[in-house]
Amino acid sequence: MNILTDIPVSLIVLCSGLGLILIGLWGMLTQRNMIRMIIGFSLTDTGIHMVMVSIGYVTGGTAPIINDAVPMADAVNRVVDPVPSALVLTAIVIGLGVTAVMLAFAVRIYKARNTLNIDECTESKW
Amino acid sequence: MIKRLFIFAMLALMAMIFFNLVANYNENTSLSKLGKYYVEKGPQELGAPNLVTAVVVTYRGLDTLGEVTVLFISAAGVGLLLRRTRRNQDDDEGLQQGDREEETAIKHKPASEIVETATELLLPMVVLFGVYVFMNGHLSPGGGFQGGAIIASGTMFLLLALPESHISRLMIAITESMSGFSYVVVGVLGVVLAGGFLDNRIMDLGTYGSLFSAGAIPLIYLFVGLKVGFELSAVLDRFRKEDTGPV
Repeated sequence: MNILTDIPVSLIVLCSGLGLILIGLWGMLTQRNMIRMIIGFSLTDTGIHMVMVSIGYVTGGTAPIINDAVPMADAVNRVVDPVPSALVLTAIVIGLGVTAVMLAFAVRIYKARNTLNIDECTESKW
Repeated sequence: MIKRLFIFAMLALMAMIFFNLVANYNENTSLSKLGKYYVEKGPQELGAPNLVTAVVVTYRGLDTLGEVTVLFISAAGVGLLLRRTRRNQDDDEGLQQGDREEETAIKHKPASEIVETATELLLPMVVLFGVYVFMNGHLSPGGGFQGGAIIASGTMFLLLALPESHISRLMIAITESMSGFSYVVVGVLGVVLAGGFLDNRIMDLGTYGSLFSAGAIPLIYLFVGLKVGFELSAVLDRFRKEDTGPV
């Protein structure tokens, strides 16, 4: 038995996703440059998508498209769960919208203050 | 220093939670109940080979309407934040004379011959591919959002190669609102003629696996694809350095 083939595929995707979430959180918490914080957010976002997709994986499953390659009668045993994929599709679009608005705020702040450092925007902290 | 410590402690705790998740992880060997229902009933009920599309457009159509709304609001938010008023322009000129000059210098630097020619050649094909992806959303991987993103990448291409090109805001606004409106109309027609909001069986299901099949799904994805494509194009246009067109 080879140790590499023993590890399930979805476990690798799950671990990478969780790793990306941690890297993104670290970036959002430690970086002071707004663009870098937004990149951290994007990394976390992507990590969450990977975790969701890996949870929907079924051993040996293929894409849930029922055509000649996957006959309808046998489909239940051969495809992965379509629900997490659909959720990730929604999540990607919403992540994109959130990122766009954050970048627009960053542009505005840069225009107003000529800096991207979050520490210099102090008056509305609390 | 103490802040760093807190951050480190928080990340360590998160890692512990994740470690527990991974340690107790078992790969699924069969579908969940809901997934099973969709896989068994989806093709017969809706006539769509791509089950992700069936879930996104029909079974969970209301979520998709929410998603389109979120994207619309974020595009409107970007438009509001990055609009260029007359007062702002004066401020820019007064306060950042140096930056302004730099910007004009960058603005007039044209893209290279290769990029320009490649754009002219490839742009129609990129847009055509986007349309292909959203029209075949019920048959193959893809759909309205993906096709829309491809069309927007065509716009990105155009803006990179020919930065002076003008994109009509009015055309974008009209196409976007018309497709959004038609999307909701198709959804409401589902309530009147078939089983519920965004039910695709208002039209004939057609031959399983052909282009014009699966009821209203190609129609819905046409509207979603156009809406997303034009919305993302508008967002990209807003992020351009200089605002050329009238608001």
